Amino acid sequence: MLAYIARRLLATVPVMGMVAAIVFAILRLTPGDPAAIIAGDAATPAQLELIRRHMGLDQPIHVQFLLWLGQLVRGDLGLSLISNVPVMGMIADRIGPSLALGLSTIVFTVIIAIPLGVIAAWRRGTLVDRAVMAFSVFGFSVPVFVTGYLLIFFFAIGLGWFPVQGYKPLAGGFWPFYQRLILPTLALSTIYVALIARITRTSILDVMDEDYIRTARAKGVKESTVFMRHALRNAAVPIATIVGIGMAMLISGVVVTESVFNIPGLGRLVVEAVLARDYPVIQGLILLFSLIYILINLAVDILYTVFDPRIRY
Amino acid sequence: MPANGNPIPAEALREKPLETAPGRQPGIDSAASALAHFKRTLRRGPALAAVLLLAVVVGVAFCAPLLGTTDPIAINPALRLKLPSHEHWLGTDAYGRDVYSRVMYGSRISLIVGLGAALMGVAVGLLIGVIAGYIRLADAVLMRVMDGLMAIPGILLAIALVSLSGASLFTVLVAITIPEIPRVVRLVRGVILSVRSEPYVEAAISLGTRVPTLLLRHMVPNTVPPLVVQGTYIFASAILTEAILSFLGAGLPPENSSWGNIMAEGRMYFQLRPGLILYPGILLSLTVLSVNVLGDALRDALDPRLARRL
Repeated sequence: MLAYIARRLLATVPVMGMVAAIVFAILRLTPGDPAAIIAGDAATPAQLELIRRHMGLDQPIHVQFLLWLGQLVRGDLGLSLISNVPVMGMIADRIGPSLALGLSTIVFTVIIAIPLGVIAAWRRGTLVDRAVMAFSVFGFSVPVFVTGYLLIFFFAIGLGWFPVQGYKPLAGGFWPFYQRLILPTLALSTIYVALIARITRTSILDVMDEDYIRTARAKGVKESTVFMRHALRNAAVPIATIVGIGMAMLISGVVVTESVFNIPGLGRLVVEAVLARDYPVIQGLILLFSLIYILINLAVDILYTVFDPRIRY
Repeated sequence: MPANGNPIPAEALREKPLETAPGRQPGIDSAASALAHFKRTLRRGPALAAVLLLAVVVGVAFCAPLLGTTDPIAINPALRLKLPSHEHWLGTDAYGRDVYSRVMYGSRISLIVGLGAALMGVAVGLLIGVIAGYIRLADAVLMRVMDGLMAIPGILLAIALVSLSGASLFTVLVAITIPEIPRVVRLVRGVILSVRSEPYVEAAISLGTRVPTLLLRHMVPNTVPPLVVQGTYIFASAILTEAILSFLGAGLPPENSSWGNIMAEGRMYFQLRPGLILYPGILLSLTVLSVNVLGDALRDALDPRLARRL
């Protein structure tokens, strides 16, 4: 098992390397001289030359890439062009709200979506099933910022149940902290709930055709036990897979949700960096989010053994 | 489905055709029955509603100048943030522009982006996918690049591409399309690999069929049904992504009346005039919803095995 985890961890290295290469290529191959961008409009040619040498831009491109990779491996993401602060530190300052929003969304989604999918599969073809499926298609189609503003409109402005926007750290007490997370969580989880409910239903229906389900029914096991013990457990692997794959959606959603609800997390940092053209920050954040995505999917792979003891390594 | 960041919509759903492909011979001979099936699906409620709604959106996009609209970018400082009135059916925005006209014209940009991304994504993905599926040496390299691209959340990749290359309709279109390509490549490659070992392909090879004929006549047609479905989903996802990019300020230049831009400009005045976000938002959602429903209907028609469940 440990050997398997080690092997899988190793296997993520080339993917991360490829992500780094793509990010590097995007930044270097797009038109525009990075030194000119950093120096600003008023720079003299001599200053430009200095910056170029300082950044290693006078080296051949593959040497530049390796130098940059070396920095990355040491955890050095460079300095922000705007504030001259290490990118790593900026990320550390802003990661809290994003983690809170992400975790709250994942927990809420799993609690809501899996039962919804189970019920839809159980009552297949009924009104309940169709309602869940209809919600799922809707969830895919309404952009997260429209959902977000609708929620603000009804629950914050109309009913006054929640603050309109903003964020309070957990240190200031649980309720002020969580009260401001409820609407963002609802907005962000809509699409995720839609996806996972749909996959849960499909996976269970797939499993229901298996022989061992017929056997279980034939020996008189209660239908609810057939569902929970036999069907759901065997459907767990595809469901876990989609929870992992859906993380890409969740990460993109965090960027938008934080903008709608004015939450000072990594998503807002992305938008601020893009508007200010702060390339090292953009670069660092893309790498970080990709790493998170890859690691979560690795964790899901390892979880398979828990759900399905037949999978051995 | 979507992606938008909603990127991704249902990746698992997208992967399915790949798994069901081996052994099946989709394509030409089943085209007639698929068409019949699709027509039958259309007679049922949701798909029919979706097609009608899309027809309306396309009609609006073509006929925008004829629908009682004014110049969508004509500024009138005297009429800032007015409520809906006889002259301005949906009121005016912070620059005194007519919201109704802007929303009507906005459908053009969404359709151009959706269609452009779907065509470009399918074309490029098909080319790379065929190469990866047919040339073993290229396969390893190409698929590693695709793995890398897929590990980067789509919206982030698109934001970075736009911010680096400057915002224009073309760069936004390219930036939206690139994150969609790996999925098309995987799909095409899967189909090509699975039909390679089919007896009819082996027969064609042993008859000395030249490679271009072999690929175009015997192999590529099998990719058409899943690509049609995938193209529809890219269409929906691209419309959403454009709106998100514009909403974040990293999309089309503000002078474009795209739905995303209208909403982006409405953000500051949301408490005062929620309509600035809600009208384009609802239209956008309905359009994407219709495309998704249509995509599901197409998938049901083209891939009956999958349709049984989803």
